[in-house]
Parts: sequence; structure tokens; C-alpha cells
Amino acid sequence: MSNDKKKIKCRSCNKNIERELYLLNYQVCPYCNDHAYISCRERVQIITDENSFIEQDIDLNSTDLLRFYDLKSYPQRLKEARLKTSLNGAIITGEAKVDGHKAAIGVMDFGFMGGSMGSVVGEKIKNLSDLSINKNIPLLLFSSSGGARMQEGIVSLMQMAKTVSSVRRVMEKNIPYISIITHPTTGGVSASFSTIADIIITEPGVLFCFAGPRVVEQTIKEDMPEDFGLAGRNLKNGQVDMIINRGEMKKALARLLRLFKG
Amino acid sequence: MDLKKLGEVPKSYVKEILNSLSKLDKLKKVPFFTGIHFKDAEKELNKKIDEYRRVDREARRVWKIVELSRNEGRPQCMDYIDGIFTDFTKLSGDRLTGEDASITAGLGKINGETVAVIGHNKGKDTNERVQYNFGMSVPQGYRKSQRIMRLANKFKFPIITFIDTPGAHAGLKAEDDGQSSAIARSIELMFELKVPVIAILIGEGGSGGALALAIGNEVAMLENSTYSVISPEACSAILWKNPSGTKLAARALKLTSKDLSRLGIIDRIINEPRGGAQNDPKRMIAIVERYIQETLRKLGQYSDEELMLKRAEKFENIGVFTRQ
Repeated sequence: MSNDKKKIKCRSCNKNIERELYLLNYQVCPYCNDHAYISCRERVQIITDENSFIEQDIDLNSTDLLRFYDLKSYPQRLKEARLKTSLNGAIITGEAKVDGHKAAIGVMDFGFMGGSMGSVVGEKIKNLSDLSINKNIPLLLFSSSGGARMQEGIVSLMQMAKTVSSVRRVMEKNIPYISIITHPTTGGVSASFSTIADIIITEPGVLFCFAGPRVVEQTIKEDMPEDFGLAGRNLKNGQVDMIINRGEMKKALARLLRLFKG
Repeated sequence: MDLKKLGEVPKSYVKEILNSLSKLDKLKKVPFFTGIHFKDAEKELNKKIDEYRRVDREARRVWKIVELSRNEGRPQCMDYIDGIFTDFTKLSGDRLTGEDASITAGLGKINGETVAVIGHNKGKDTNERVQYNFGMSVPQGYRKSQRIMRLANKFKFPIITFIDTPGAHAGLKAEDDGQSSAIARSIELMFELKVPVIAILIGEGGSGGALALAIGNEVAMLENSTYSVISPEACSAILWKNPSGTKLAARALKLTSKDLSRLGIIDRIINEPRGGAQNDPKRMIAIVERYIQETLRKLGQYSDEELMLKRAEKFENIGVFTRQ
């Protein structure tokens, strides 16, 4: 981003974009269609009907169960993430309407410790699944995560199992579960709840893979194609159902919800 | 103060302590402060030093367990299969795109009862290790495992898994073939099973690749095995940005059988012969055989439905958080 307040520089094609136009376009570059990061709150605004989102589990917070520290302590990293994002965790969940259709919605935020999944993300997805089952409304989960949260060690690995089991209960009840994979989704989140959905949608240019390109390059020393793990390649390989532009996501979701209503 | 010996504690932490100590020394020399005691401050610092000493010691101790868990002399999946099950018949292929030798799957008998056995292979010599890709599986392996699990579910055979993997394979083809969804689907399928599932971590329990076989009604760890969200090496590379934090990461991740038992993640620690399983493989295999027999009896009391519900409940209850 440039310092000029009226213009924003696209990180991908370097063209200058009018700030207002950029924001109206959901932080998607009008020249090269680069989909930049947006916060989970912005995402909720784009997807749901005005003022329809009722958030739950707002009081759920992480604890430093392992007294983990690396170069910084886990509580310190949490504090910094809270200050940076004004969030309590890497996901917000709740009930909302999409074009009039009620749905249980969860949106991850990569800005909160890389969207990493620990106990809070696991519990919120479990409770959201219960909401979806109790109210018999479709489940929509937007993922964006580097994977499991190392600072919660093995407990975070177990959140993969916990979230899979939770969303499985939703699907078992024949309630639609749509997973929207946003940039980037890797590791413990790509290998758990986000890839077992009835429908998997992604956005243009999204990185979605198990091991990131740098890991694969370093450990395997294979030649890496430029589109490694990107949306187009995933569509070609049969890993996702469709790629939808951010500006058309709400319409696409509403269409799917209508179809599932029969 | 021999703080320099704290090789496993981050240098910045040690530096902080040394800075505080020298500040304290300077303060003591200010004439105005003579007679004033700095006992509280000194006590705080000493407490920190003691903690760092403890951390340093623990990191070294845990690292020994990590090394033991990777010891090449430990019995591997095939040793347990040969030693415990009769009529073992290996089954191959995922019926979709291929066969992955890093996972062995098949049917066998224990106490006259047919069971499905699935486990990771690491290999004992270079040839085998290359053949087995060092125990790092690709989607074909996880999908083969799913096929055998479905088979077992259909014919009501209990399932026993032996987990020993550094983690799922990281490679271009594995990604193109859907490594993420293969692991996710394995986990999902294990929640659908209406037969007893016993998961035993026999060596290295590396992340998602381990979890894909580890959704058991009972999850057990051999005393010197490990089970972790990420390898200490990779954790250090990410959080410390270099290998210097490897041992400290091993400690911080809480990956030993004792840690996991304390955290309520596993149901049982299976004791190893003195010094580790590699010292007496035969005895180790006999101990595991006894554990499997006992546990099959124990799980035999539950109905199909109960087995499925209890498994889901167990994993859905894992998590530590606060409400504030």
C-alpha cells in the first residue's frame, strides 16, 4: 500500500487504485483481480444481510495451558494478536442471514496469529455445529489458516479431530455444509473440517494445500510449478467445486442455499 | 552465575537476566541506597534463573525421548504384525490411483478373532526406508487405509492401528492428489466406524499423518513414543527462525507419553523394557499383544452405536479455554 491516502497500490500488479473504488470492490484489484486480505468482520459484512449477524461465544478465550514460550511467550503473542485485530480468537461464529436464508456462519481471520487453530477455534466450531443442528440451518465455514496452533501443542492437533467430528454430525443430519476456503488455508485446517464439506468453494488466487510451497521446495527439492497450491490448480485437480470472485460470493452462496432447500 | 550453561534457553532470556543482575549491582553501589535491601528483586531473579535451569534440564531429558522414539532398533509395525497376529493377509491398493507401501493394511487373527490391522512402515535399512518413503504417506496410503477400515466396518472386525510416522509426505504429487482431503476424510471415516478401534503410537506420532490413523476408542502410547502437532525441528524453524530452539521446542510442545496422559489426550501408557523397546523387542511385542487382548475385551462390552458415540464424545471434549 502506498502512503498516498487517496490511492492504494495493488500488491500484485502494482497499479494505483482509487481507495474508495478499492474498498467498494471488497479489496479486490479491479485491474488484475488480486483478492487481498480482509478481516473476518469485513467478510461477514460482505456475505450476510445487514445487521443479521448474531455472534456467539464472544467470551471464549485462549489459555496458556502448556506455559508455552519460544522467543515470545504465548500470552504475549495472544495479547499482541488481540491488540492488532480487536478479536478474541482466530474465528468469529454466529447465526446470520444470507439473502434471507438463515445460516450458521463461521469466519476465520488470518490476522489473528495466522488464523491458527487452537482450543478456541475448535470449541467455537463445535458450538456452531450444534447451532446448525439445533436450528436446522445450513453451516457455512470460511477458513483461512496456517494450520494448528503450535503454542497449544498436541491439544491443537486434536482440534482437527474435534472439528471434523462436529461438522460430521451436521452432515449426518442431512444439513448442508459449505466450506469456503480463503487465502491461505494450509496444514491442520486444510486437512480437517474445511475439506470434508458437501460443497467446497474458493476464491481466485487462494493458496490451499497441506504443506506450503516453501516446505515442499525445501524438503523435497522438486521443481515447483508457479501455480502450486493455487485455486486454479486445485480446481483442475478436482479438489474444489468452484472458484468464485469475492464480489459474487454472496450471490453464489444464496443460490446454493436455494438449491439445497429443494 | 553459570548462566552460560543454559544452552537450551533462548539467548535473549539469559541476556535479560544478566542485564537485570548488572543493574542491581549498580544500584547497590549508589551511596544513597546503602542499607536498603534488594532481597525481593534478587529473589525474583533467582526464581527466574531456577526456572530456566529446570527448563534447560527438561529440554535435554525430553530430547532423549525424541531420540528414543526414532531409534532404529525399536520394533516396527511389521514386527508387531508378525509377532501378534496369525493368518495375517496383506491387502494392497486404494482402488483409485495407486498403492502406497508406507502404510501396511490387512486382516489377521488374534485370540481366534479376525481384526483389521493398519500401520505405518518406516523400514530398517536404506532399501526399505526408501521403499516406505521413511514412513511418510501419500493420499493413496490414507485412502487404502480408509478402504480397509470400511471393509472392517462392514464385516464387524475390530481395527488396530500402529502409528509411526514423521508426518504426511510433503510433495507436489501428494498435493495434486489431495493430501489435505485424504487426511481429513480418514479422520472423518474413523468417526463413522461402528467397531472397536485401538490406536497405538509405537514410535513417532507426527502431526496430521499420525492423526489420520489415530481416532481410536482407545489411544495408547508406548512409554518412549512421541505424539506432536509438529516436529521439534519444524517448530524451531518457524518460531525460532533457526534450528537453535529444537530441544526447547521438543519440551514446549509436550509430546511425551507422560505429558499426553496428563493432558488427558491418551488413555494408556504402555511401559517399555528397561532403557527402551529397542533393548528387548520380543518382550515389547508381548506387552503390546497383552494390551491389545485386554483392550479388545474391554471394548467388547459396548454396542456398535456406543462405540461410535463415545469416540466422537471423547475427541469433541478436548480443548482448554476460558470464558471471560
